[in-house]
Amino acid sequence: MKNTKDIPLTIKETQEGLLKKKFSAMELVDAYLGKIDEEKDLNAYITICDDEAYKKAGEVDKLIANNSLDFSENFPLLGATIGHKDLFLTKGIRTTAASKVLNGYVPAYSATAVARMEKAGGIILGKTNCDAWAHGASGENSDFGPTKNPWNKKFVPGGSSSGSAVSVAAGLSLIATGTDTGGSIRQPANFCGVVGLKPTYGAVSRYGIIAMASSLDSVGNFGKSVADVETVFNVTKGEDGRDSTVKNAEFIKPKGKIKIGIPKEYFVEGVDKEVAESVIKVSKVFEKAGIELREISLPHTKYAISVYYIVQPAEVSSNLGRYDGIRYGNPRADFGAEAKRRIMLGTYVLSAGYYDAFYLKAQKVRSKLIGDFEAAFETVDAILAPVSPTPAFKLGEKASDPLKMYLADIFTAPANLAGIPGLSIPSGFNEGGLPLGFQLLGPRFSEPVLFELGKLYEKETDYKAILPNL
Amino acid sequence: MNKFTPIIGLEVHIELSTKSKMFCGCSSDHFGKAPNTQVCPVCLGLPGALPFANKEAVTATVKFGQAFGSRINSFSKFDRKHYFYPDLPKSYQISQYDMPLCVGGAFEDKRIRRVHLEEDTGKLVHETINGEKSTLIDFNRSSVPLMEMVTEPDFHDTVSIIRFLKEAQMVARYLGISNADMEKGSMRLEANISLSTEEGIKKGELPNYKVELKNINSFKFLEKAINAEIKRQEEILTAGGTIHSETRGYDEVKQTTYSQRSKEEAKDYRYFPEPDLPPMRFTDGEIEEIKNSLPELPKDKRKRFADKYSLSNDYIEILISNPGRSSYFEEAVSLGQNWNLSAKLIADLMINKKLDLQHPEPAGLIKKVVEIIKVEYSDGSDVETAVNEVVAEESKAVKDYNNGKGEVVGFLMGMVQKKLKGKGNPSMVREKLLNKLNER
Repeated sequence: MKNTKDIPLTIKETQEGLLKKKFSAMELVDAYLGKIDEEKDLNAYITICDDEAYKKAGEVDKLIANNSLDFSENFPLLGATIGHKDLFLTKGIRTTAASKVLNGYVPAYSATAVARMEKAGGIILGKTNCDAWAHGASGENSDFGPTKNPWNKKFVPGGSSSGSAVSVAAGLSLIATGTDTGGSIRQPANFCGVVGLKPTYGAVSRYGIIAMASSLDSVGNFGKSVADVETVFNVTKGEDGRDSTVKNAEFIKPKGKIKIGIPKEYFVEGVDKEVAESVIKVSKVFEKAGIELREISLPHTKYAISVYYIVQPAEVSSNLGRYDGIRYGNPRADFGAEAKRRIMLGTYVLSAGYYDAFYLKAQKVRSKLIGDFEAAFETVDAILAPVSPTPAFKLGEKASDPLKMYLADIFTAPANLAGIPGLSIPSGFNEGGLPLGFQLLGPRFSEPVLFELGKLYEKETDYKAILPNL
Repeated sequence: MNKFTPIIGLEVHIELSTKSKMFCGCSSDHFGKAPNTQVCPVCLGLPGALPFANKEAVTATVKFGQAFGSRINSFSKFDRKHYFYPDLPKSYQISQYDMPLCVGGAFEDKRIRRVHLEEDTGKLVHETINGEKSTLIDFNRSSVPLMEMVTEPDFHDTVSIIRFLKEAQMVARYLGISNADMEKGSMRLEANISLSTEEGIKKGELPNYKVELKNINSFKFLEKAINAEIKRQEEILTAGGTIHSETRGYDEVKQTTYSQRSKEEAKDYRYFPEPDLPPMRFTDGEIEEIKNSLPELPKDKRKRFADKYSLSNDYIEILISNPGRSSYFEEAVSLGQNWNLSAKLIADLMINKKLDLQHPEPAGLIKKVVEIIKVEYSDGSDVETAVNEVVAEESKAVKDYNNGKGEVVGFLMGMVQKKLKGKGNPSMVREKLLNKLNER
């Protein structure tokens, strides 16, 4: 591969190129690592693992040389280069959660998702930057410095899976993994113009992924097309005997005439005009393709952030307790301001005498939110909504105001509280040249419906992934 | 003079002897194993590791509760109990807070509040390394299933406490869920102790404080520790002082209790439902199925042994304290019937002569018993001599016999036995006596 501009943009293109010997996996890895190096100032990666990448590339090339038949069924990710969010444990490769507390921590085992993607033929390139412990919506909370939006480096890429979104958007890897606890995949996908999936809670194992808020964490991925995201989802989903919240459930498949609901609570004051208009434009595309649109109501949406910022810090405070300064080499003082804030908030809401007023009440309201979605899905198959009230904002713009930052999750957190899947899809650019997009939400285990709709949208709009001019 | 009545409630921890640990696949058999050889990401609490509940341990706990008549919650869940201690690698222990597996139950008049399931912690080992005092952590015990039974404050003396604990131990052994061995730490006791006045008892009020006596690790010290604490409290109250709620430990050397933690420093455990483990649901059918799988329990065996074998209570307690020994006894009794060996004799031989320890199979014991009985009979020539002497000496009785008074045979046999010091085999004595009488 002579020019990094020739890097393939989909799994299909990659595998065709490899099988037709247009390039080898070694050359592919060379090109990607070269590009990561060229775009160092995006700060998308915390750790690059050249050795592992070349080793795996060698294995892939060998596999291709020894197999004349189409064997991609056994290796759906053959040759696909991966950036793993630095929350995913990778055996023998430093995993930091973008926090100084874990700087230097080398795990003894790999996450289920990491192991499954590797077995499927994927090539790990490195560990991507993120908000420390996945706390944040801008990528600025990383102890390894902020990641920058490849479409305009003065802007944030969104977060917390900032590096993964940027890696895919800028062509630093073909695919990338992420976690979505309150929007941490869908929002950076939206800010960076790539596809991002937050699967159903309980569809993909959380084993080996540093926990943020255990009842909300969802393990998903980024790609430049819905088909790629679907492929990675199919590789990573399903029981592993380690995460007992994962079920091999029967998925809901698209059938009959699909109806999409548009929640009026997601088009309220404070939503950027271009964002709202772009989502309405998307709805017209679906309508034109024969999908029925309906206005729906999710009346408890306005409570979602309050509920989320009680449940989530409570679980965060519990999950971070193990980093007590004894075992992982670095002192507790290395926790950043946001982690400390959440540990204190969470400890407070779980304390005797406050539990009922905060945590228990929040869980009751959470049930109301779930009820909203259940009622909505009685009448529609999926929901179309904006991902974030605004497109990407400027670096530093909200960094000093945590409350403002928390509101960035307003349209994404409800899906986490309800455990339903969400697919974030790009739909173009605003006047300032920043990506716009939308999200599709569906009932639990309805990923196939969301993929079908996403692919329909791509087809109707003749969507082609493009890389930013860097 | 006894002004005060001790009010004591118990927390009994029993480590379950399941094949694997509570939330991972590591072996739960940790006793005497090299440190940190039975560990994995889950029981080490490594980043990203998740618990996966051990069904065997859940069933074992349900069985234990059922054995004491507990109600099984059809909906139960695990909770996180938070505190910082180096032997607790996640900074929380997975336990059960407000929805334990088993609720209520009793042993005789002592009421059980609940039985729940949790994970054990690691173990701190204090050693001097290169002349420096060091504390090491062994995680082999981390996440071994631990069942906790909490009683109501129904105990007033150590006798009833020991009785209760022995029963709990016996039930655990009968169910095959734990050896419940205090010395090995697989059964541990905490006692909540306070003293009530006569007035308080009359009003049915509990004292306004309680002292938690922790980590009582042997039956030997249990009595001393509890009595030492009762004595301490009596002295304070008699002197007009007040007692503060606190946690105390027992010093085996000084034979006194000492303060470990006052109530003011009491921990807020910040319990909340464990999100990593789905709640447990049981149908009536499932609960019934487990109940039907229970073996005969000590209380039922106790009754049956009394009815069927007419043994003394002491004998019954000794025999049933070990399920293996009680079935040995029953098999021996059944085999012994062929030789007219009584249940009492067999119990005697087992308990006083420990013959069951020498003969691993009941058949071996019976064979031995029959042999002993034979050996102890006088041999044929002694019997003959005695018969001859008696016939010569008791001429009146012999005359009566010859006159058709057959009933004198019993008298003559008795006289023979007297000469043999009771060691004559009755059938042999009878045979030889009749031969002698009839040859005349």
